[in-house]
Order: sequence, then structure tokens, then C-alpha cells
Amino acid sequence: MTSRGTQVRVASPVPARPPLSVDTLAAMQKLMGRYPRPRSALLPMLYLVQAEHGFVSREGMKEVGKLLGLSAAEIAAVATFYTMFKRRPCGTWLLSVCTNVSCDLAGGTKIYRRLKEALGAETEETTADGLFTVEEVECLGACDGAPVLQVNYENYEHVTEDLALSLIESLRAGNVPQPTRGERPKESNAVSRRLSSVEAKP
Amino acid sequence: MTEQTPVVTGRFGAESSDTYDGYTRTGGYEGLRAALEMSPDQIIDMVKAAGLRGRGGAGFPTGVKWGFIPRERKPTYLVCNADEGEPGTFKDRELMERDPHQLIEGIAIASYAIEAAQAYIYCRGEFAFAGRQLERAIAEAYDQGILGKRVAGSDYSLDVILHRGAGAYICGEETALLESLEGKRGQPRLRPPFPATNGLYDQPTVVNNVETLSTVPHIIKNGADWFKQWGTEKSPGTKMFCVSGDVERPGNYEGPLGMPVREVIDGFAGGVKGGKKLKAFTPGGSSTPLLTAAHLDAGMDFESIAAAGSLLGTGAIIVLAEDACMVRATYRFMKFYEHESCGKCTPCREGCFWLSQVLHRIENGSGRSEDMKLLTDVSNNIFGRSFCAFGDGAVSPVLSSVKYFADEYTEHIAKKGCPFER
Repeated sequence: MTSRGTQVRVASPVPARPPLSVDTLAAMQKLMGRYPRPRSALLPMLYLVQAEHGFVSREGMKEVGKLLGLSAAEIAAVATFYTMFKRRPCGTWLLSVCTNVSCDLAGGTKIYRRLKEALGAETEETTADGLFTVEEVECLGACDGAPVLQVNYENYEHVTEDLALSLIESLRAGNVPQPTRGERPKESNAVSRRLSSVEAKP
Repeated sequence: MTEQTPVVTGRFGAESSDTYDGYTRTGGYEGLRAALEMSPDQIIDMVKAAGLRGRGGAGFPTGVKWGFIPRERKPTYLVCNADEGEPGTFKDRELMERDPHQLIEGIAIASYAIEAAQAYIYCRGEFAFAGRQLERAIAEAYDQGILGKRVAGSDYSLDVILHRGAGAYICGEETALLESLEGKRGQPRLRPPFPATNGLYDQPTVVNNVETLSTVPHIIKNGADWFKQWGTEKSPGTKMFCVSGDVERPGNYEGPLGMPVREVIDGFAGGVKGGKKLKAFTPGGSSTPLLTAAHLDAGMDFESIAAAGSLLGTGAIIVLAEDACMVRATYRFMKFYEHESCGKCTPCREGCFWLSQVLHRIENGSGRSEDMKLLTDVSNNIFGRSFCAFGDGAVSPVLSSVKYFADEYTEHIAKKGCPFER
């Protein structure tokens, strides 16, 4: 198991971000109109902030607060509750490794360590080239495919240490391999936009 | 190899079953058309007669839940709990990926039965592919006149809105889910009042699991007696069992409730990997107490698993073979609860943290002789002392592993480290 020693790491400062685009604000208005009470659109709106700014920025949260009539503190209280809202810039590719028991029995923890080593990045740290962020996550609900690695929330199942390393190499070379199901992962900002459900009917 | 009894998984092998065309070719939306000819009360009575119990873990009778909705207060809401996150569970994800229209049909029938004009699907954010499948299927259903104004040509109108979560296990707890859907932190609400009277936006609300709703069209189409041909008297029907961990063929398997655990593990999943002996398993996800090889003849139904000292939960069987370390597994489960505790109640928030620390030091060679007593003590101070069922679930792996595998803990402490190679 991983060592639990206290490590003090100096986090890089969270960069400032410009005002949200007219497009994003219009999408937010659309989402607010989808629910009987506009506040229900808060999570989707935070996804839109992340889509434009690369993370849930302070500036973005303020604008969302203005639209919903809530204070910046109220917005931050919600944003910090959910792990998919990132509080600092995230890499183009978010690598999430499940290490819960079914995946651990199949080597998930080893894969997670190996990836961190290969990238020289600690948990939730982004590589200097801005390409990768690696994180250890809880059960991804695909235990039949253990161990599971997600790239921007697309599943690569029955992954091995070698497969995980070659996946990084492919992504680095600009080739996105086919996941176990569904389409190839898009870059993280596009994924955040999709997660806002703004394009969904009705 | 044991034969499955495919009901909700019936279309898993069929071609393009995830599209409207593929779905209707195989009898899809016939249950909805039949339902629209019935009165809401007739539907509720039929689901009650079928004895369908919630598949999300608690096993509450679905028809009874629907019957609690007061008729005089409008609007009412239906919310589909698609925030699957219980470790070891992967049935709802597969149902959404492979047969999203079946879920939409179940939602439409349930919404009609409780006279809701608005339904929400709260889908786990990390389920990107499942979310897209739902998004596409919902759009198809609107285009085909199944959703929107005049559902399937009737006078009934229904909107179904897909809402993605953002990474929080606790939002699978129904009142936390409602908080989250209202744009708040996902922390459970005090009950009573229950969602049936004070749910989403304080209005009457039914929250049902994906597998539960996916079962509904089959009951309406084929009748209560047809459904009751499977299962036990108190747990009728079929259920998806998620088998993972140390087995030859991990996967989702559908069988009658009440079938022996042994048959699920050996007959469906090909037995323990590499011909090893089984040491322990969870019958319903990590929040249900671990059982051992002595319990393999127990039936996979709510009553039999309770009699064996655990809970059926989501039907998620995680198998641990003889060479798996129970301390390591328990520590990893506890790390999950430490991370996912919503922080509302002190016993759960602090207790899960402490348990995780103690388990970590035992696994890593710094265990103390008093640690087993400490684990039990802390667990007993969480159990029954927090707001929702999360705390009770969190201590399940600890109390059950200390009960059945005390020797392993003692050995870790005596040898100052983990005795297992794996």
C-alpha cells in the first residue's frame, strides 16, 4: 500500500481567467431555463466554466453567482464538493485510475504508481507540457473490466502496466486509441461542455 | 455453465438494441402503449401485485412507493437514480449503455403512474458513454413522439431531462441526489418528511433506480404473475448480479432472486480464478457485510442474505480468493468511505478517517495490540449514529472482516506487516 507520510508540496498559483464568452453565457441562460428553478442548472453551469477556462475558475464562479443571484462563497461551496470540478488547470488528458478492491485485485494500484512514475507527476498534478493529469479514483462501475483506466472519462478496461504506458505514448504522439466502448475521448474542455448536457433535448 | 434468465438484459445480444429501431423491433414501447390504456392506479396496483422491489440497494416495494404520492398536490416529479457508484456495482451502467430505451420506457410508465409531467435522469458524471447513449436515445424518443407532447399519441405529456452528476458517491443516496439536482452540495436531508411528499423542490417525488425502472415495462407487458414465476415469495422476479474480483468470468448475469450464491459465482462467473479457494465475498457491494465460504448456499434474495448476516444491496458480488489479504481489502474499502463521506455528521466524517488510519498502520506493519478493539469501538460509534445509511455501510467491511478474519489482523500485528505475497 502507498505510504501515508505527510508531504508538503507548494501548489502553483491558480491563474486568473478572462470574462466568460458570450456563447458560454448564452448556453448558461439556456440551461437555467430548462429547470423549474434556475439553481438546478448550477452543476451544468460549472461544467461550462470548466469547458471555457480549463478548470472552475474564481472569475467563472463569480459570473455564475451573478446569474443565479448567489454569492461567490455559495458557488464555491458547491463546486468544491464534487471531484469532477477541477480547481486548477487540468491537462488535455485526465488519466483516472481506479484502485478500489476489484481493480486492486487485478493490479490497479500498481498501474497507478507506474503512471505517476512515468509522468513524474503526483496525484492531481499536471505535467509541465500541460498534456496529462493523473488521479486515483474510486470505483468507476466497470469492475468486469478491471483494472480500469479512464482517459477523459472514456474506459480502457483490462489495462496492464505496459498498456497504460503505451497509451500515454500514443496520446503524446497525437494518436488517441479506441477505448473499450464508445468513441475516442475528446480533449478535456470539449468533454466538460458535453457533460453540461447543454446540447441535450429538450 | 448455468443458464441466465434474461429479462432486463434480454436485448443485450440483439443487434442495434440501443437504437429506437432496434428497440421497437424487439417489442420495445409495447409496455408503454399498454400502460397508456390503463389508469395510473391500475398500473400501481399491477406493480404492487408483481412485488417488484427497488434494485438500488434498499429493496423497498416499488408500487408501494408510487402509491405514497398524494394525488392532490401538483406538480409531482419522477427522478431516476442513475448515479451508480457502490463499489463492485456495474449493472445500471451496462443497462444504460446497451438498452437506454428500456429505461426511457420505464420512466415514461412510472411518470404516467404518478402523474408527473417532468422526469429527471441523474446520471453519474464519470459514465461518459452511458450519458451519451441516454442523450441520443432521449433525442430519438422525442423525434418518434414517445416523449414530449402527447406521449405515443395519448393525451399525456412528459419531458425527460438528462442531468449529469459531477463526482460524489453520496449523491446515490436519494435525498442527497435531490439536493444535488437542486444545485446544492449533495448532503442527505432529514427524514421525515420523505421524498414522496417533500422531494424535489419540496414537491411529491419518486426516486427509482435504473434497474428498477428498466424492469417495469416487462411487468406491464406480461403481467404480475409472469414476473412472479421467478424468485421467492418476498423477493420476486429476476435480478442482475454483478460479479467481479477473483473470478474466471467477471460480468453482469441475470438470474432469479433466491438462486444460491454458489451458482452465481461458479455457474455464471466460472468460479474462483485459477481454481483457488474462496475466502470472502460481498453479496451486495462494499457497504454490505462480507460473507465467507460458509455462506455459499445462501440464496441471493433480500431475506436469505439478511439471514446469513448481510444485505443483498445492489447484488454486487466481489470475490476475494484465498491469497487475498483481508486487511488490505478492508483498508481499501475504508479509504473509499473516508473520501466519500459527505462531512455532514461527525461520527462518519471523523470515524471513517480514523478507521482508515488504523487499518493503514496494521497493513503496513505498525499495528498495535489494541487496534482490533479500537476498530470495533470506532465502528460501533459510527453505526446508527449518523444521518443516512452511509455510515452503517462504511463500517460493514470492518466489523465483518474483524469478525471472520481476526487471525489475519492478529498475524499482521504480530509479524509487523502483511503476510501475503500478492
